[in-house]
This record gives sequence, structure tokens and C-alpha cells, in this order.
Amino acid sequence: MRKNLYAKAAGLLLLLSLFLLLGGCSSALMDPKGQIGAEQRTLILTAFGIMQIVVLPVIGMTLFFAWRYRRSNHNAAYTPDWAHNTWVEVVVWLIPCVIVLFLAGLTWYTSNSLDPHKSIAEEDEETFEIQAVAMDWKWLFIYPEQGIASVNEVAFPADTPVRFRVSSASVMNSFFIPDLGSQIYAMAGMDNDVHLIADEEGTYPGRSTNYSGSGFSGMTFEAHATSDEGFDEWVDEVRESSDSISFDDGYLELLKPSRNHPVEYFSEVSPTLYDDILHTYHSGEPVEVLPNETGYKFAKSDDQDEQDMSDSAEAAE
Amino acid sequence: MFGKLGLDSIPFYDPIIVSLMIMTALGGAVVVGGVTYYRKWGYLWSEWVTSVDHKKIGIMYFIVALVMLIRGIGEALMMRLQLAIASGGSEGFLPPEHYDQLFTTHGVIMIFFVAMPMVIGLMNLIVPLQIGARDVAYPFLNNLSFWLFVSGAMIVNLSLFIGEFGTTGWLAYAPLSGIEYSPGVGVDYWIWALQISGIGTTLTGINFFVTILKMRAPGMKMFRMPIFTWTSLCANVLIIASFPILTATIVLLTLDRYLGMNFFTNDLGGNVMMYVNLIWAWGHPEVYILILPAFGVFSEVVATYARKRLFGYTTMVWATVAITILSFVVWLHHFFTMGAGANVNAFFGIMTMIIAIPTGVKVFNWLFTMYRGSIELSVPMLWLIGFIIVFTIGGMTGVMLSLPAANFVLHNSLFVIAHFHNVIIGGVVFGMMAGMYYWFPKAFGFKLDEKWGKRSFWCWLIGFLMAFMPLYVLSFDGAVRRMSSYEATEWQPMMIVAFIGACIIMLGILSTLIMVAVSIKNRHSMKYADLSGDPWDGRTLEWATSSPAPFYNFAHLPKISGIDDFWRQKQEGREAIGTGPYQDIHMPRNTIAGPVISLFSMIFGFALVWHIWWLAIVGGIGMFVAFIARVANDDIDYYVPAAEVERIETEHKQRLEEYREWVKQHPEEASHLQVRMQG
Repeated sequence: MRKNLYAKAAGLLLLLSLFLLLGGCSSALMDPKGQIGAEQRTLILTAFGIMQIVVLPVIGMTLFFAWRYRRSNHNAAYTPDWAHNTWVEVVVWLIPCVIVLFLAGLTWYTSNSLDPHKSIAEEDEETFEIQAVAMDWKWLFIYPEQGIASVNEVAFPADTPVRFRVSSASVMNSFFIPDLGSQIYAMAGMDNDVHLIADEEGTYPGRSTNYSGSGFSGMTFEAHATSDEGFDEWVDEVRESSDSISFDDGYLELLKPSRNHPVEYFSEVSPTLYDDILHTYHSGEPVEVLPNETGYKFAKSDDQDEQDMSDSAEAAE
Repeated sequence: MFGKLGLDSIPFYDPIIVSLMIMTALGGAVVVGGVTYYRKWGYLWSEWVTSVDHKKIGIMYFIVALVMLIRGIGEALMMRLQLAIASGGSEGFLPPEHYDQLFTTHGVIMIFFVAMPMVIGLMNLIVPLQIGARDVAYPFLNNLSFWLFVSGAMIVNLSLFIGEFGTTGWLAYAPLSGIEYSPGVGVDYWIWALQISGIGTTLTGINFFVTILKMRAPGMKMFRMPIFTWTSLCANVLIIASFPILTATIVLLTLDRYLGMNFFTNDLGGNVMMYVNLIWAWGHPEVYILILPAFGVFSEVVATYARKRLFGYTTMVWATVAITILSFVVWLHHFFTMGAGANVNAFFGIMTMIIAIPTGVKVFNWLFTMYRGSIELSVPMLWLIGFIIVFTIGGMTGVMLSLPAANFVLHNSLFVIAHFHNVIIGGVVFGMMAGMYYWFPKAFGFKLDEKWGKRSFWCWLIGFLMAFMPLYVLSFDGAVRRMSSYEATEWQPMMIVAFIGACIIMLGILSTLIMVAVSIKNRHSMKYADLSGDPWDGRTLEWATSSPAPFYNFAHLPKISGIDDFWRQKQEGREAIGTGPYQDIHMPRNTIAGPVISLFSMIFGFALVWHIWWLAIVGGIGMFVAFIARVANDDIDYYVPAAEVERIETEHKQRLEEYREWVKQHPEEASHLQVRMQG
């Protein structure tokens, strides 16, 4: 009766894990839409596979030894003082060593080949540059070539290598489009970059992965990998906007903390905005931090929010 | 007068906190009332609070850890419930600020106030017994360490009702933890809770390092020490080397927050990545401080319940030492995505993988100890089997994370959460649960209930798998840690499975509590009582003395002639229990300095959190004066008369004979007597 129950439970778990594995197959990392992501999938699967050489036997041996050498099994051998065997010890050091040696080589190779700072453009190909700035709690994307900017939406032509220059105008964040591959930290005053490419047109979710405060969950954006014509259309659409942004005009307004910020377009952007943002942190002058609208205490009911705002304003002073 | 502190600092508006407040007040009233009614204050004060007995301090660490575990799991359940609900535009039942505070306190509590005290508690309870010492090297310091730790835990608990705790994540990454981005008192609570308990931990590290090096019984060379003592030694080396980094880093953050300095600010020359580097230079050794003693527990457990010498003792020691050293050169793997150069990342990735080698060797050594053993599938053995399986999976995902190029897509995702719960639950928690069951009789003189112990194990194992395996899958779809809500509705089923898993883990914790309660109720029954002092037919010295061990541990300091010396003594029939003549034993006196200094440290910390400067001065002076008073006190030791030792030892001898008589009549009850014969 009891054994039956355990068997049923085990069966259920097995089914569940199967279901879980299947769920993983169509996911962003296992079905990537870009070259970097595809190489990373191969790497993850290779490492996973190679480690099964140790993992599966260990799990199997654990269960088998525990069952075979149980006290009530009178057929099994028992050698209470057997505690050393040079061959066994050599083998148990050697097998992990060989696997790690292989993985170390793989690490060295892929760290270089998949280095986020490395350009993926072919010789005569041009890299498309987009500057991304993390703010509380939204992403500002600047297109230096097109002279436009957008918030929480980024578009670029598919099959074109893109270099994202990534920085922050607030705390540390991390810029990540799971379908395409590598993420990179966005840090204030630091000019980081990641090279990505989309092999297929489509709309991919992007987000900050590094916790940055209470609006973090909504710090998402959409990445559109478009056809060349599609990209031009998108640029035209952005240019129709009546808003413009430069460091002295509009930037501070945008910098104010906001949650679930809607998509915004700027038809005109000052060409030095990204560098201006970087340089404020190296100017030797203190950089003002704008108070969080909702206050640092728990979000209370609406009428208390105002109270909070004045609280945090006081604290900021 | 009261700095930032006012009536509005108490979150009366939050129904969850108010109900918790009422429950805590009621619970506190029941405890205080009970102690008063049964007139136990004097007993508590003289036998526990002021005690310098390492065994009692170890037990107190464990009790505080279990209480904090209940708070930690409560937070986990709230977070999992939130994520089971907050899908596709729903905000869930927790505002983001509350959720952020929950994952911050959950991490801080589980690491600093559950895992650490369990590990340190077990070391306290067992290490001096295993090396045949009468106490630790610095008994007063040990008491002080414990109460400083309690002071830190109290500061965290105060933050629940007065003000708020940090909402920055458990490591309070700058600049988010800086005064501009976190102007509230939450980060200050974090600072002072960690700073005060961290100093306690550093003192513990020094204390046990000296104890193990200098207080071993005659004949116990380093390579005759039990593995648990070895792993404790290495863990304490790690504490001594790494905790000062934590202390210094927090001091710098404190200077930033209190005096407007700019170590870790975005502007004015601050360097936020310096903070991240420093905190992980401590943080990575920290996880080995937790796991090494758990490895030690399993090494003892597997040899005892397989009734076989541990396979590859020397290898085990060197593997431990290798892990100790390597743990200091891997910290950068926590932030490959910072964007350091490819070769820097590759170096730290490869170093991380190399740790898998000695760890793998350890696993094989446990396996070959089971091989051709006579395994009793008792509760600690179940934890061991569960540990090997779960920990191997966790180790594998750890190596996957250590590949920098793979880390660029796995970092900060739920993969990381699943991985470290995989190794911390599967490794540290399973290890501590096994250790608790294994050594409980040595602490209290009776065994724990087996049935509830097994139930606890199965709940933890199944609950763990259900709670964390789905997170691996979700991470492949871009689900990240620390989000309080998400748009993707297809994640919700997995999140619900994870919530159910967390509930099953909760049942496991309840089973543990029931196990303790059932055992206390039956403690006088012969099936539970441990009259022999050696209920599992153990191999190491702690089983050579009575259960519970007398306050002086050993009437005669044992003389050691090899590994597993007690086992050999039993085999050769030369155990020396209850034989005179006895001598006076030199013992340390109880101290009130530890609790008093710690009380002032708590006042000091609390006052600094709220900027109540005069109170901080009171706390600071109080600590200083109490410490000087202690230093000036010469009356810190005494002698236990030989007659008293003889009385205690004779009682033990009588109990032992009573037990032998009982076993003769009930051979089926002493499972270790049914061992298979050789061959």
C-alpha cells in the first residue's frame, strides 16, 4: 500500500519533469533568433551533455549502492576496513580533471569568440550603432546616425550586426534581449557595449535583468528586428513625433523616476546626448538624484502617496 | 530627541505587518508568562544566557536559527504566492516595495541568521568534543559571539515593526544602497545587523581556529582529526580571511551614507564596481563557509551509518583544503556581465570549474564509503542520499553558470536562483538537518523521532524539486530574479508549481518541529533515551562521553592513537568509561559580559539606524565599559572537585549498565547490532 503510494508519487514527478523539459524546448534560449544566442545554446547544451558523464553515474551509483548495500541485504559484501584503493582514487581525480580540462578549453575559446565587446561584422560590413541608457525605470535608445531617440522600444534591421553601447543614468541595470543572446551591465559613467544580431525578423521582449529599485519589474521594452524597409518606416514614424531631447532640454524631465513608462519617440536628439550623460559622472560635480515619485516607503493608498512624496523630497534635501 | 524615529515609523497601515505584530506580541507574552509562571528566569540566566559551555551555546545558535527559519520560509511563501498570482498585468497582492523588502530580508535571514548559526551551532556543539577538549580556546569570546549574533538578528526583526528593512537585495549593491537612491532607514538596518553579527562571526572564526590548532587531545595529530573538524577548521580559516572584507566594505558604505563620502557613488570619483568586487570577495568564500561543514557532517554520517571507515580520508582532507584556497580566486564569476575582458572572464570561469574537481572527488569518496558497507537507511542517511543527488545537479548547473559565454544569457535569471537554492538547500540545509538528527542525542540525551524525521526529509526533497526545477525552465524563457510581476502568462503554471513546492517545504519544516515535539514527549521511553552516549555506534570521540555530554566533556582527556580512535577502542574492548581516579577539572566561569556588551551593541546599532546620536553614545560607552569591566575581572575560572566528577561519571556508568541490560532483552531495538558479517 505504502510502496504503491511512493511509486505513484515518483511516477507523477517523472511525468512532471518530462513536461517541464518539453516546456523548455521552445523557450527564448533554446530557440534563439540570433547568431550569438545560437552559439550560446550550443555551448549550454555541450556543457550540459559533457557533464552527464559524471552526473548520471553519480546519481545511479548513489541509488544503487544505497539499495545494494542496505543492512538487510545478506547477499552483499561488507568490508568495514576497506578505505583506500589507489586505482579508485586516481580514477576519481582523473575523470573530473579530464572533463574540466575539456570545459576549460571550451571556456577559453568561447569567452573570446562570444566576447560581448567583439564585433560580429564581416570585413566590409557596417555595424549599426544604438546607444542604450538605463533610467529609473525605462530604457532610452539613441540612434546617433538617424538623430532620433525612443523610450522602451528599439528597432533595428535584421541580419545586420548591431552594437549596443550601454550606460546608465541611475543605478546599475543590465541590458538583455533573451532571444538574441548576451546581456551586459549598464553602469553610470561607464561606456559598456554588446554586439548582437537578429537572424530573423520579429518582435522580441527585452528587459533589465539587474534589480534597480521598485519600478524594476516594469523596466521592459520591445525589440523589433525589421526588414530594411520596415526599419525606414519605423524611423519615419519616430520622426513624426513633435518631441525632441537634449541634455539641457527634456533629459531631466525624462530622468524623473517613472514606472511602466509608455513608449515615447523623439524626432530630434542632440548628437552628444550619450556622451553628455556619461560625462556628468566624471565632471567632478555632484549629480543630482531625482526623488522617487512613489516614495521609498511601502506604496500606501493614494491619499498617502502625496505625503510620501513630500517625505522623500525632504529626505533628498 | 529621537532622530528620524517617530510614531509614523511604525507601519500601522500594512495589515500583514500589524497582524504579525499582534501575533509576535501574543507569542512573546505567552513565553514571558510561561517562564515567569514556572519561575525559570533564574535557570535561564545562569544555565543558558551567561553560559560559556560550547554545547549550550551551540544549542542556542540552533534554536535562534530555527526561529529565523520560520520567518525566512514565511517570506519565501509570500514571494512564491505573489509570483503565482502576478502574471499578465496583475500586480499580485504585494506592492513592489514590499516584495523588494521580502527578497532582501529572505536572503539576509536565510544566509546570515539561519544557515550561518546552524553551521556555527553545530561546530560549537561538536568540534570541542571531537578533538577531546574541555571547551573552546576562548569561552567568554564564544558567549560574546553568540550574543552579538543575536543582537544582529534582533535588529533585523525590529526592522519588521519599526520602519523598514532594505529593498536592495541581500548584498545591497551600490549605488542602489547609497543614500541618494535609498534614503530610508532600510539599508541602515542592513548595515548594523550585518556589522554587529559579522563581528561575532569573525570572533567565532578566530576562536575555533585557535581551538582546533591548540586544544586537541594528546595524540590527535592533524591527520587524525575527524573530517567534520577538518572542514570546520577550513571554514574558520575562510571566516578569518573573508569576514574582515565584509566589515571593511560595510564601513565604507556607512561612511558614504552617514558622512557623505563617495566610495561607491556614481559621481565624484566613486566606483560602484569596487563595491561589487569587494562584496563578492567576501561573498564567495562565504558560501564555502556554509558548505564545507555540511560536507563534514555527511562524511561523519556516511561512515557511521555504512559502518565502514571513510573512504580516502587523506584525499578528503586535501580536497577540502583545495576548495578553501580556490574559493578566494573565483569571485568575479558573480558578475561576468560587468564586461571585463574575455581573458579575465575566462580565468575566473576556469578557476570556478576547477573547484568542481575536489568537490567531485568528495562525492566519489562518499560513494565508495557506501560501497560494500552495511548501510542503515536511517534519517541522516536519507539526507545524505538526497544531498548527493540534489547537490550533483546543483554542481552541474554551477559549472554551466561558470562558463562566461553561457553566463551572459543565464546571469540574473531564475537559473541563478534555482542553482544556489539547489546547492544551499541540497547541501547546507540537508547537511544541517542530517547533523541535527545525528548529534541531537549528544546534546540532549535522547534521540529524535524517526518517522517524523523521514517525513521531513521527503517533504523537503519533493518540495525542493517542485519549487526550483520549474525555475530552471522559466529562466530559459528570460524570467529574471527579483521581478514582482511579469507579463508572460505562459510562465504562470510553472510559478504555481513552484508555489506548491514551497508549501511542501513548509510542511517539511513543520514535520521537523513535530519531530522535536514528539521526541521531547517520549524522551524517557527506552526507544528514545540515549543512555549509552553512543546511540549509533559512532566512530569519533564525541560518542565516547555520556549523552548529554557533561559540562567538562571528558573526565580524563582521551589519548588518541589513530583515525576513528573511539571505534578502535570499542573493537579492542578498551574504552575507558567510568574509571577513576579522578582529578579536579579546571573550567571557565559563566559571564554576564557577553550578553551585556551585546545588549549595548544592539542599542548602539538601533540608535545609529535612526540617527539618535545621544543613544548611540550611550550604547558605545556601555559596550566599552562592559568590556573593560570584563577585562578587569580576574575571577573567571574555577575547579570542579574530583568528587563531583566521580559522582557524575558513576551515574553515567550506571545508566550505561542499565542500557546494556535492556539491550540484552531487546536486541531487535538496537539496530546497529544487526550488522552484516564480513565477506
